[in-house]
Amino acid sequence: MERRKERVDRGIKVRSDGIYALNSLREVLYLAFPRLVPVVGLLIICPFFSAYWQEVMISTASYALLAVSWELLYMTGLISLGQSLFYGVGAYIAGALNAYWGLPLYLTIPIATVGGGGLCMLMLLPVLRLRGIYFAMVTLVLPLMFSRLVEATRILGGTNGLTGIDSFPSYWVSFYLIMVVLLVTFFGFRRLEGSDYGLVIKGISDNDRAIMSSGINIYWYKAQILFLAGAVGCFAGAYGAHYDMFAGMPGFALDYSILPIAAAAVGGMGSFAGPLLGAFILVPLSEILRALGALRIVFYGLFLVVAVVGLPEGLFHFIRRKYEQIERWVEVDK
Amino acid sequence: MFIAILIYGFINSSVLALVAMGFNLTFGISGVANFAYGAIYIFSGFLVWIFLNSMGINYVLSILLSFVCSFLMGYLMYRFVLLRIRGLPLSEVMATFGLGLAIMELFRYFDFVGAKYSLPVFIDGSVSIGGHFIDYQRLLVAFVAIFFTVIFYYFIHYTKMGLAFRAIAQDDKTALTLGIDPDKIGAFSLAFGASLAAVAAIFILPLGTISVENGYEVLINALAVCIVGGLGSTVGVIVASIVIGYAQTLTANYIEPHWMILVSLAAIAVVLVIKPSGIFGKQKELEERV
Repeated sequence: MERRKERVDRGIKVRSDGIYALNSLREVLYLAFPRLVPVVGLLIICPFFSAYWQEVMISTASYALLAVSWELLYMTGLISLGQSLFYGVGAYIAGALNAYWGLPLYLTIPIATVGGGGLCMLMLLPVLRLRGIYFAMVTLVLPLMFSRLVEATRILGGTNGLTGIDSFPSYWVSFYLIMVVLLVTFFGFRRLEGSDYGLVIKGISDNDRAIMSSGINIYWYKAQILFLAGAVGCFAGAYGAHYDMFAGMPGFALDYSILPIAAAAVGGMGSFAGPLLGAFILVPLSEILRALGALRIVFYGLFLVVAVVGLPEGLFHFIRRKYEQIERWVEVDK
Repeated sequence: MFIAILIYGFINSSVLALVAMGFNLTFGISGVANFAYGAIYIFSGFLVWIFLNSMGINYVLSILLSFVCSFLMGYLMYRFVLLRIRGLPLSEVMATFGLGLAIMELFRYFDFVGAKYSLPVFIDGSVSIGGHFIDYQRLLVAFVAIFFTVIFYYFIHYTKMGLAFRAIAQDDKTALTLGIDPDKIGAFSLAFGASLAAVAAIFILPLGTISVENGYEVLINALAVCIVGGLGSTVGVIVASIVIGYAQTLTANYIEPHWMILVSLAAIAVVLVIKPSGIFGKQKELEERV
């Protein structure tokens, strides 16, 4: 019997690229497997980890939210060097509402998410005309400015921060809340990317003049994207404030800015799965390296350099290519 | 009070001008992003300290050695990192930012923190001007800043290499047709920028202690001066450092020294909103920013 090798995805692609016309359960499995990995991994496998690694996964998930929000901005051509702005704003809004007015957490988190997203959008609205590294510089400057402002004016608890914020009613609520939000954000953004709306925002990053000449107001789109990305980042911040029962200047720290970028660089930019993968590699890795203390940031920095210079494609795109090249043996037609 | 503000404002402006010069050369004039600038600044400062205190080399020699090391550092950084990602501004920013972060945090990790990390002043003593005592070192900084600004202006406007630095920012392919090797010039631009950072560090750091936070502040101040002045404009850098320098001194005097860095941060944000090309910038206004 003569046999030849056949790419598994080819038949599916030939029938219809994008609108999958599936022939068999095997093909369904082929397509569903990579999509099920994060869902099953986060919701079903993670709870079996030890308590320590569950905590790590929770902090990984909030970094992953920031990384996914970074990717959304990147897709629109807005490069953010200051994701900690979103995290800090979210943390302070939730913290202040809870500590000063005693609002319960099922109110503070949604308010911080939506209000924080709006606030971040308003703050960056004047610089929406800027592109590339000029926008990046403003985002680099803003979180630094806020932490200095808090330090100088001693508002919102000053250098001590806001303490005594309510924690979650039960551990499992906090665990599933962040995991579900991460998955909803991730798959939601992927949907958005595939829609016409996604086409427009990608067009803005490729050639904004062409989009403008099609009669589309790119600033309105950029503002919407800023709101979405800001809201996701602010949710991570608000969640962090309640989880740690603390909101303070560390919210504007460099960690929250540099890790999402490093995650995107390691995982691969240009798709939402890349930064997600990157975050789930880098944060646990840095946890293993915890013994090294301050050296962690050195490693993030070096990872960033190595990934940008030596691995410009990113890990995800490599894995994806390999997955699409999986072959199977089939009989040669007579 | 008025005279004190006048004098200290001037010295602060000179510090800013000196700090921004290397950054302006690399980023403003040759268009190579070097966000590791602050790291190179403290790197050369700590290097002098190590040569001087741990190895017992004499002060002048350790300054020269540190200067050479910074030059090499800039050159190697271009050769091994930036060369591979040239022409991708985002990658340039991220790679140099990551590298700078790694260098600065490495110093923090090796516990280079504390008051003992300070360099001796060149000439001890002070002089009284209008009833206010000014250290010789501060006067020296002002003098060095003026001296280097003049040299710098001459260098980039009238020498072959200076013109080549400006050429590669405008169009590196056209520069190539005129016999300028953009890779070589880019590497030199980074190396010169790094050695100017070393010069600034060597003269300014004896005024206080060397700390890792200095690196971040230097990067922000240099960015602020270059953006406010307009990238690539020497006159702009002078005007911007005077404006920001006096604004910082007034803030420190009338509000609180804590707010000084806020002036730079606010200046960056405001200028990018109102006039992204800066006060004197003309270069590439339309294509790159708006």
